[in-house]
Amino acid sequence: MARRSPEPLVWLAFSAGGVASALLLPILLLLLAVAVPLGWVSPPDHDHLLAVVRHPITRLALFAGFALALVHAGHRLRYTLYDGLQIKHLKAQIAMLCYGTAAAGSVVAAYLLFIAV
Amino acid sequence: MSERSERTTSRYTEFYPELYRSPISIFWWLERRSYLLFVLRELSSLFVAWSVVYLLLFINAVRQGDAQYREFLDWAASPWLLVLNLVSLVFVTFHAVTWFNLTPQAMAVRLRGRRVPRSWIAGSAYLGWIVVSAFVAWLLVGA
Repeated sequence: MARRSPEPLVWLAFSAGGVASALLLPILLLLLAVAVPLGWVSPPDHDHLLAVVRHPITRLALFAGFALALVHAGHRLRYTLYDGLQIKHLKAQIAMLCYGTAAAGSVVAAYLLFIAV
Repeated sequence: MSERSERTTSRYTEFYPELYRSPISIFWWLERRSYLLFVLRELSSLFVAWSVVYLLLFINAVRQGDAQYREFLDWAASPWLLVLNLVSLVFVTFHAVTWFNLTPQAMAVRLRGRRVPRSWIAGSAYLGWIVVSAFVAWLLVGA
């Protein structure tokens, strides 16, 4: 049997991550990284935030969103490095670095969302 | 004939015209506006990654308690972090807009044998974006 390339699966994850980050990141960043620190919006109550993060659907949605967004970013950065810096001779190392960082970030996200919170 | 064979046998060259590729500057993307926009879109990946890191740090502060959460918000208000986060917001929004504009290219939706117009597909992607954003905003600061 011919060995199958994992490339189509990676592109699928890339697309899913593109959708997830496009849907979730702008509003989350606008509120939690800009509007609240600048004082445009009063900070959400701590107990309320904790309750939201501890809800099972929030945990699942955030974990899926974060993990897919990281794979998306790693995949895109991988090709940016190939084309932009033309360092094709480091192909394997770049792929390892990009996907490895995405995987490590996903593990941290899983720990935070499912165990620590 | 004799001249040619003499040349091929007597002189060896490492120059293979068919293998030669003219070198491209690593700044090729500055040559045209469309190239620049392409590279900026690709660089949005760095800011997508940073946004996830920032949100994970936020969650980490929230789980540690009310005091740590307040401390985190003070840290987030420091000028360099605000600048980084504003730039990230611009790039992440740029990613979202280019991504939703591309959905009609990536998806060919058919309804009763007819192809759904591109503007409908892009429009529903934007509608979905608005609905999700409104829900998140309600969940975080509206409820």
